[in-house]
Amino acid sequence: MIVLNGEPLAGCDGATVADLVVRAGLDPVAARGVAVAVDAEVIPRGEWPTRTVAAGANVEVLTAMQGG
Amino acid sequence: MSDTLTIADRELQSRLILGTGGFARLETLAEAIRVSETEMVTVALRRIDPQMRGSLVDVLSDCGVALLPNTAGCYTARDAVLTAQLAREAFETDWVKLEVIGDEHTLLPDAPELLLAAEQLVDQGFVVLPYTTDDPVLARRLEDVGCAAIMPLGSPIGSGMGIRNPYNLRLIREQTKLPVILDAGVGTASDAALAMELGCDAVLCATAISRAADPVAMAAAIAGGVRAGRLALRAGRIPTRTYAQASTPDEGRPEFVHPSDPASPIGSP
Repeated sequence: MIVLNGEPLAGCDGATVADLVVRAGLDPVAARGVAVAVDAEVIPRGEWPTRTVAAGANVEVLTAMQGG
Repeated sequence: MSDTLTIADRELQSRLILGTGGFARLETLAEAIRVSETEMVTVALRRIDPQMRGSLVDVLSDCGVALLPNTAGCYTARDAVLTAQLAREAFETDWVKLEVIGDEHTLLPDAPELLLAAEQLVDQGFVVLPYTTDDPVLARRLEDVGCAAIMPLGSPIGSGMGIRNPYNLRLIREQTKLPVILDAGVGTASDAALAMELGCDAVLCATAISRAADPVAMAAAIAGGVRAGRLALRAGRIPTRTYAQASTPDEGRPEFVHPSDPASPIGSP
């Protein structure tokens, strides 16, 4: 089981980071201002299509938000 | 008259940095950017909000402003460093407004964690602009570890209480060679003007603008306050005095004689 943005996600073990960005509701190619951390490690955008995420991983897909 | 602000390798004509937090609509934010003539705005990283309409990055890109990502909401150096790294990836900038909060009610910075995060981020090549308390000694330590500016608070974030300790701000200004940017506490235009008169190089303002009854009008007002305060600083204000000093010369003052006055005996003073 992968945890994506705090929610357990069934059936996605071994998915790529790009797949998980889609699951988070974003377009991994077109979306701007997006970053991904897997187990508190930054995954560079160039690695999203190939980098797979193992069961038990904690994934944060983050995007630009208004803030001071 | 050219009066450019230089932070790290970037030159800015505007001395107002706008925080994007709190604007109810992206259109209002864009209009506030336009009227304030700001060239740099803050931006945060969060999990996607399904309610969000439109792309913040697209709107800011259309406005032509530089992005200053923040690490808002981080309570440890470790989280702040990771957030800065994610922001670098998301926004393709090495710049970061470093916030490491130590208390959830006042949102005051956690000095030891802030210094630790600043040191690590500078080592990783970031241009670090730390949100700090108005502590001149901490400001010196932040300069020593290689920060690009000092961003002391006037009062807590979003409080609108203005500048609670102008003396400390003046000390920070005197001691550092770095740009000093007042960050947090501005409630209205006069607060921004005071910051600039005290010698701050710029003002960062979000809530006072975004949550004003008319955010666009307040953006213009606070930008005007920043400009007025900067002009006044450069103009060189007069010293304060205890007693009045007539601004009209005494010389040539007439001595009126009214017919109804009792006649003075000849020879009396």
